[in-house]
Amino acid sequence: MDFFLEVLIGGLLAGVMYSMVAIGFVLIFKASGVFNFAQGSMVLFAALTFVSLLERGFAFWSAFAATLASMLVLAWAIERGVLRHLVNRPPITLFMATLGVSFIIEGLAQLLWGAQVHGLELGIKDEPLEFGGVLLSSFDLFAAGTAAALVLALSLLFSRTRIGLSLRAVADDPLAALSVGIRLQRIWGVVWAVAGFVSLVAGLLWGARLGVQFSLSLVVLKALPVLIIGGFSSIGGAIVGGLIVGASEKLAEVYVGPLIGDGLENWFPYVLALLFLLVRPAGLFGERAIERV
Amino acid sequence: MTNSPILNVEDIHVIYDKVILGARGVSLVVPEGGIVALLGANGTGKTTTLKAISGLIGAERGEVVDGRIHFAGRDVLQSAPSALVEGGLVQVLEGRHCFPHLDVEENLRVGAFAHAPSRSDLQEGIERIYRYFPRLRERRRSLAGYLSGGEQQMVAIGRALIGRPRLVLLDEPSMGLAPQIVTEIFEIVRRLNREEGVSFLLAEQNAAIALRYSDHAYVMESGRVASDGPSADLAARDDIRSFYLGMNMEGRRSFREAKHYHSRRARE
Ligand SMILES: Nc1ncnc2c1ncn2[C@@H]1O[C@H](COP(=O)(O)OP(=O)(O)OP(=O)(O)O)[C@@H](O)[C@H]1O
Ligand SMILES: [Mg+2]
Repeated sequence: MDFFLEVLIGGLLAGVMYSMVAIGFVLIFKASGVFNFAQGSMVLFAALTFVSLLERGFAFWSAFAATLASMLVLAWAIERGVLRHLVNRPPITLFMATLGVSFIIEGLAQLLWGAQVHGLELGIKDEPLEFGGVLLSSFDLFAAGTAAALVLALSLLFSRTRIGLSLRAVADDPLAALSVGIRLQRIWGVVWAVAGFVSLVAGLLWGARLGVQFSLSLVVLKALPVLIIGGFSSIGGAIVGGLIVGASEKLAEVYVGPLIGDGLENWFPYVLALLFLLVRPAGLFGERAIERV
Repeated sequence: MTNSPILNVEDIHVIYDKVILGARGVSLVVPEGGIVALLGANGTGKTTTLKAISGLIGAERGEVVDGRIHFAGRDVLQSAPSALVEGGLVQVLEGRHCFPHLDVEENLRVGAFAHAPSRSDLQEGIERIYRYFPRLRERRRSLAGYLSGGEQQMVAIGRALIGRPRLVLLDEPSMGLAPQIVTEIFEIVRRLNREEGVSFLLAEQNAAIALRYSDHAYVMESGRVASDGPSADLAARDDIRSFYLGMNMEGRRSFREAKHYHSRRARE
């Protein structure tokens, strides 16, 4: 039983890491209907910039601040330079644009910082802690705590500030928002900046876990099943989706893996996502239109 | 009501998607403190005209290709909607367009943000809207998506009025509402006009009520103004009565048209 709990909780905590990438997607999708494939490259770019600055002698917090600034500039440039010119275009056009952007960002990152693998040390020891007989990774606990703080900050932003309320209005009905004088472009700029910040946090945690390398941008593919399960337009959905993916892939790996072979962990989330697509296409928390009868 | 015009539209042409004609040569005037109606059947260009004035046409891939629009003496043809709202010109969209997942009060708050009000001004503004629409106060915490059509129309109008505009473009406020609610809403429009001097340009298919509450009216047909005049005169004209008010004055043909018109509205 303890072993089961250990696998379950370990999976849940790992799932939080997926959620963090998924949240970046949700923010942009909600506010502008863009499925931002470049989210993964933004995560990579953030981690790579941060680690390269550290290696060049920056202190932790100044590297963090400089990376944050560069993420904001990057996000702003994508919104300003590409997406703003594609307003009103069909979703597939926007998607292709972000696909293009993601390769440009990766190329840019390689140009700036080179292609070698870096280790990233955040100063959090990854040693097992024991809670009532259950062993948990302290790094996973730290990541989960960071994600919780991030989500709390975001929900305060959305519920307590004018910019957050405007953002929800734009997500609900952009034309109506425009009609009462909200500047859509300012809102999109803010959303991209926040998504840039989220990818910085995700990039540091993922970078510390896997090492900073180009395959880091593939976390975008792990975020997909999370989004399909949780729904594309709900931050709560991104959290729950992440937890489900994290827990189920670990449980499947441990309990079903021995029966059908290794590597189940890598494709099991997609099976789950497909099942969701068939049964509940809007995801668990997909925003359904309010319909009065 | 023959003050200097707050809105002057001269011969505007609007195209959608670079080809489709939405309006071809619309001219109209709204005097300061006036209520002006824009009448016409489906697809005659009423909404197009309002969106051209408010600048929202750009968001619909439309473009004003010719003509002039002056609001409060300023050329506003190239102005962004946000600049117009700040300057006191706001549109209430056809079909109400509340923010469904925001509650009533949040809808109103968002309407005020363009003017960057202080906390206390914002609170005062909300109270003012609740005085005009007491029913919204009762529903202040309900999500707008769950309100009745009439309440949603009140939210949409309240959300536009909270920024104290000088001119409101009101697109089909009667759409899909019971006659009693329609009267209630038009009464509030009249009060706002008399008590606060807000000018209104309202597009309506329901000519009977629009003519009753407006000073002057324009009748649109296929993208242009076909006739105009003081509302009382138009309401008395036989052709208007038969076609738009559904009264059979001059034989079977117009009766058929009127019937056709009514069944079309009923289907909506
Ligand atoms: N977004 C758009 N793209 C292309 N054509 C449009 C668009 N909006 C309106 N049109 C066209 O412009 C013409 C005028 O439409 P408009 O919506 O202005 O009419 P309306 O008088 O408001 O009609 P209704 O009473 O049905 O609301 C119509 O032929 C319509 O098909
Ligand atoms: Mg219309």
